Amino acid sequence: MSSSETPSSPGLKPFAAMVRREFAGYFRTPLAYVFLAVFNAFAVSLAFFVGGLYESGIASLDRFFLYHPWLWAFLAPAAGARLWAEERRQGTIELLLTWPITVWQAALGKFLAAWLFLACALLMTVPVALTVGWLGDPDWGVIVAGYAGSLLCAGACLGIAAIASALTRSQVIAFVTGFLACFILVLVGYGVFDELLAGALGSGGVDEIRRLGLWRNLEPFTLGLIDVRPIAYFLSVAFAGLGLSTIIVERR
Amino acid sequence: MSLIEAKNLSKSYGAIRAVRDVSFAVDRGEVVAFLGPNGAGKSTTMKMLTGHLRADEGAAAIAGFDVADQAVQAKQHLGYSPEGAPAYGEMTVREFLRFAADLRGLADPAESVRKTLDLCRLNEVAAQNIDTLSKGYRMRVGFAQAVIHDPEALILDEPTDGLDPNQKFEVRRILKEMAARKAVIVSTHILEEVGELCTRVIVIAKGEVRCDESREKFLARGPDLNAVFRQLTA
Repeated sequence: MSSSETPSSPGLKPFAAMVRREFAGYFRTPLAYVFLAVFNAFAVSLAFFVGGLYESGIASLDRFFLYHPWLWAFLAPAAGARLWAEERRQGTIELLLTWPITVWQAALGKFLAAWLFLACALLMTVPVALTVGWLGDPDWGVIVAGYAGSLLCAGACLGIAAIASALTRSQVIAFVTGFLACFILVLVGYGVFDELLAGALGSGGVDEIRRLGLWRNLEPFTLGLIDVRPIAYFLSVAFAGLGLSTIIVERR
Repeated sequence: MSLIEAKNLSKSYGAIRAVRDVSFAVDRGEVVAFLGPNGAGKSTTMKMLTGHLRADEGAAAIAGFDVADQAVQAKQHLGYSPEGAPAYGEMTVREFLRFAADLRGLADPAESVRKTLDLCRLNEVAAQNIDTLSKGYRMRVGFAQAVIHDPEALILDEPTDGLDPNQKFEVRRILKEMAARKAVIVSTHILEEVGELCTRVIVIAKGEVRCDESREKFLARGPDLNAVFRQLTA
């Protein structure tokens, strides 16, 4: 070997390698397939059997997207649990952090790969949209907006999952804490929970807190409304989670 | 300029001072045996040299680059195998080395992987998952990722730990092959390695450097190296 094979500017190659490895990592274990199957089974059955998508007689997917905050709250932490916890458990974090890549590049690479994986899960539900299209005459723009909103919602849950994963070496603990944190954001905005809060805070405070709920921010998308506020909300939760998890990894 | 430099490194874990004011410099062509009992501060010092742990006081540099302020440049010149040679167990040896090569942005990653598989004699297990390998092979995979970019500075934390005599011989053979062009630090608590491998010895105990001298001087301390070691680390 010749000395110093390292080029002076490797460009985006290390980052691309990071994303590739992390994305492929999901499919190296059976977990990915279980995940995709569970996501699809729940997404479809909740929409049809609980939401009554078929009985409603309306060619729209709002009853399908209605359950997505619940799904992501459960499954984004499941997919995100391995992000850092697995590196710590295997001891590979010490390798990764002594390779010439910054913690930020590593964290962003991991995050994007996980988000891409969740996007694959979401993409597999397209037959539901096609079914609605076959049965009726839906507004495709609204459906596309719904999918975009759901993907953003997944990113927000993943941001929370990333923090949980950075804090522990146990994937189980990472999953449970990530799920609990997301679960609270799902509950915010639901009637029963709001009444409880109203008792404690008064109606003004509840209104502010309601804005922080996942469904409250996803709902406009499912109605075909692309508004800046929910987009900003999902992206800020996602990137705040990404940033905080990176700082946690850096500090340890 | 020394390739590996520790300047007054100190690190505490809570009330315990793991490393106190450790300084040394390693030049090209030197293979330093980093000796000390378990818990002496060997791994902590190495982790600070690699930039994985932040020093409470002092600084470390690789090839002249500060590991804290110019981390990426420093890491480009560094090969490091942590204790126990951690690796992504679900990847094959070839995939893992390819990932290391890509992450390091090597110009011809495929060629670097091929050469490293040859050098570390890993060809026969190249397609196997790392999880399924014996300890000897796993240690060699850890070593392989550390040398894939032919770094100037090489830091190996107990690279022969748990290996059988043949495997130890193999690791030493590879190290000798490349030692002339590099600055190498090898931590160990196996005294026989001093005579076979190193040009210099640094003994650390209770977080402090107890001795830093040439191999010849160290070996001249007495016929029984175990007794010398006990006396130095008491």
